[in-house]
Amino acid sequence: MASLKELRNRIASVQATQKITRAMQMVAASKLRRAQEAAEAARPYADRMGAVLGNLASGITDAESAPKLLAGTGSDKRHLLIVATAERGLCGGFNSSIARLAREDAKKLISDGKQVEILCVGRKGYDVLKRYFTTELREPISYQGLKSIGYDQAQEVAERVLSDFDADGFDICTLYYSRFQNVISQIPTGAQIIPASFDAAEAPELGGAAYDYEPEENEILDALLPRNIAVQILRALLENAASEQGARMSAMDNATRNAGEMIDSLSITYNRSRQAQITKELIEIISGAEAL
Amino acid sequence: MADKLKFDLVSPERLVLSADVDAVQVPGAEGDFGVLPKHAPFMAMLRAGTLSVENDGKTQHFELDGGFVDVTPEGVTVLAESIGE
Repeated sequence: MASLKELRNRIASVQATQKITRAMQMVAASKLRRAQEAAEAARPYADRMGAVLGNLASGITDAESAPKLLAGTGSDKRHLLIVATAERGLCGGFNSSIARLAREDAKKLISDGKQVEILCVGRKGYDVLKRYFTTELREPISYQGLKSIGYDQAQEVAERVLSDFDADGFDICTLYYSRFQNVISQIPTGAQIIPASFDAAEAPELGGAAYDYEPEENEILDALLPRNIAVQILRALLENAASEQGARMSAMDNATRNAGEMIDSLSITYNRSRQAQITKELIEIISGAEAL
Repeated sequence: MADKLKFDLVSPERLVLSADVDAVQVPGAEGDFGVLPKHAPFMAMLRAGTLSVENDGKTQHFELDGGFVDVTPEGVTVLAESIGE
């Protein structure tokens, strides 16, 4: 049985932890709102870009002349996995669930005899994956200390990926991130970004008129496809940011509740043993007095 | 009341402007052009330059650093990476 002093110390320490987790939960809640707004604000651009490209891509019937970013290199041997995770921990299963999905897919690809390379964006995913992979891992990209993710960062990642693609470094590129559904559920997702795929069904109603292009259709497609990569990456990073805060918020909410339960049960133990000790002392005094 | 044109100016980070306007002047890659309501479907790349939006006699200017414009019978959508007023 722990002594009264030990119990007191433990209660104090759990209370201190609870204060921290509660503060982290509130900070995550306010950051979540901002991250969610940013993710929503980025949606119109990505949606329109997707619609325009889908429209253009459906018009291209000749696979020979189509850009490689759209049609692929004609092989599926070499894969690049981009794994986007957070820079910080303490957000429940957020980082590990993305890393797990990427790891399972990578293992599957490797056992199918494909060549796999992994590029981590965010420190935490790299920390997890480096336990399983060595030669496959690229130098990670980290935005530690950066307050918010913007288009500049997405473009930086995209440029790295694209220059590698132009140098014929890989055939297929898949992006792993966590889709933000709501505060309690974030879904780890893998989305293929190279070669790109679009829904041709999004084509708008033209009222019978034919589209005019300036410059030529193919030139527009060539200019837009690399941009689309950056937009896709930006969207993934922003969804990730919102998911991270959501995951942290619910993880910290749980931690605060657990700490509360622990304090309750420790307090009961503390009060009982204090009572027991007082009773014991009283009995000793009384029996001592009786003996006289 | 004259016809209006539905105009959207979008950057990757946010929707900058969404309004019904009278006319738009766009810095196209192969020459500037204007868009009025009921324009034929048209798609063009943009160069760096000034985009002007006219509405009710007032003109608003935006500095673009290249981008892309999509004209449909429903309206005009400008996608640009960096937008300054």
